[in-house]
Amino acid sequence: MGPNLLSNYYETVAMILFGIGFTNLFLQQNLIKKVIGLNIMDGAAYLFLAAKGYIESAKAPIIVDGITDASLYINPIPSGLVLTGIVVSVSVTAVALALIQKLYREYGTLNLDEILTQSIKEG
Amino acid sequence: MPFVANFPFVCILITMASGVLCSILKGKKAFFVNVFVSFTCFILNLLLLLYLIKDPQEFTFMMGHYPAPWGNEITFGPFEVLMATVFSLVMGLISLSEKERVFEKIKHGKENLFYLLLNLMLSSTLALIFTNDLFTSYVFIEINTLCACGLVMAKETRKTIAATIKYLIMSLLGSGLFLVSIILIYDLTGHLLLPNVGEVLSQLIASGEYRLPITIILGLMSVGLAIKSALFPFHTWVPNAYNRAMNVSNSLSSSLVMKSYIVLLIKLFTRVIGLENLADLRVLNILFTFGIIAMIIGSIDALRDNNIKRILAYSSVAQIGYIYVAIGLGTTQGLVAAGFIILSHSLVKSMLFTACEGLMKVSDNSKFIIDLKGSAYRNKIAGIAFAIGGFTLIGFPMLSGFTGKYLLATAGILNSTKMWFVLIALAISTLLNALYFIRIITVIYTKSEQKTDYNNSNLYKIALSFLILVNLMIVPFQNTIISIIQSGIKIG
Repeated sequence: MGPNLLSNYYETVAMILFGIGFTNLFLQQNLIKKVIGLNIMDGAAYLFLAAKGYIESAKAPIIVDGITDASLYINPIPSGLVLTGIVVSVSVTAVALALIQKLYREYGTLNLDEILTQSIKEG
Repeated sequence: MPFVANFPFVCILITMASGVLCSILKGKKAFFVNVFVSFTCFILNLLLLLYLIKDPQEFTFMMGHYPAPWGNEITFGPFEVLMATVFSLVMGLISLSEKERVFEKIKHGKENLFYLLLNLMLSSTLALIFTNDLFTSYVFIEINTLCACGLVMAKETRKTIAATIKYLIMSLLGSGLFLVSIILIYDLTGHLLLPNVGEVLSQLIASGEYRLPITIILGLMSVGLAIKSALFPFHTWVPNAYNRAMNVSNSLSSSLVMKSYIVLLIKLFTRVIGLENLADLRVLNILFTFGIIAMIIGSIDALRDNNIKRILAYSSVAQIGYIYVAIGLGTTQGLVAAGFIILSHSLVKSMLFTACEGLMKVSDNSKFIIDLKGSAYRNKIAGIAFAIGGFTLIGFPMLSGFTGKYLLATAGILNSTKMWFVLIALAISTLLNALYFIRIITVIYTKSEQKTDYNNSNLYKIALSFLILVNLMIVPFQNTIISIIQSGIKIG
């Protein structure tokens, strides 16, 4: 297991980062830190995908000088997925931040526990 | 490929395009567009369903006629089309019945944005049901989540915003797990299309390779979707969000949003893992256990509460438990029962929330049961609808809830290890359901001094009558419905 983890260091790092992001999103009380956690989590997933599509010494999949031999280029599909994923996570982050801004204006705090306690008191 | 096979793609396209169109229309026009598009989707899916009843088969539609991975595919059999038909009908009827309320509660000039969300929600729900690609399903899951959050906070008060953020965070945890499971599947199989993934996975399962990774992947995927569909213990956001949001968003969240994730899960189980490998899946035991707990805890919490909206929310939690118990049995009969409960609960819950709106309106907008005394006399049609809905969920014979419970019980009996858990949980949950629904129905039918007969808007009356009719018509057509679900699940 040890050598495997080292030779696949991209994947190992991605999974550790995913764990860090997920824990932050789950356990942090500060809403901004939660959103940072979300972005670390999504970033880790994209790092994993990008690492899967990469082929050592191959180039970006753009045909230059008419060379069409597929083995010279990296796998373009994971890159496409990463781009789509980034669009999704940017939109989610934007919505989350807009919501947090509104919450801060209403409740004067970014602590989720305090916000929920206050809102439960109001009924 | 017959002409009707183009309809699902057309439905996704028109709902999405109409969503964009709503952003530049005025409120009333946006409402008409939403209703028109929902009923168009209903009719198109119904026509396709009638075709598939005669000749059950599965279609795969290449969008833009490019094969994967350049193009994208949707696939549908009888089960998917049946669900799409029900969901579009529910969307149309809810939109009709709640029009007055939407225009009253939402800030003036922003109504079109509300209908934009409704159209996008229908579009993403249909895309989730029909998609044949794992990554596409992730994208539409996120669109669905954002629309659902937008609907919960549509009133823009501080309480709804606080409820929304909790919902959003829970949903994001779920989609994070789902995303990583898709990426791991892609890593393991090299494919994203469901049939290709299914083929490689069944080879791997047969050869016994990569056992641990496969278990982890399927676990992440199921738990991710379970979090998003508010299975116990991930249901804590539901009561508060339902209590504060408008009834229209509650009906949609409980009938469409949560159910679409479960339909996707069933689709993944049948198409990717395959019915023959399903019984060995360990994650099913987790779903089964949480489902059993949800059935009982949801009903106990509902019994303890005095707020009608929260009671309906807890009842949804219990019903989600029923569905996961049925899925957790890991048999074809279990999946058929799950499919039937999804269909029956979608229709019943939307009717209950719409009726609840009517009852609250004639009781000074109070949500507390005690204030609803006599409301069924003041708003007769809402009272009748609520009583029918309540009796359906209790499992009264001749109503669809009974058939759902019967299917679950018969599926449970076939699984010797899980049989007693299913039967005992069903008995306890039914008893508790009866206790809290009969309590509400008794209160709303107890005469009080207030005797003004409320005049509902025509749209509300028509939509609610249709909902009552559709709910009552499930039982006469139940054999057809069950055979559609069965053929759909077997084809998958």
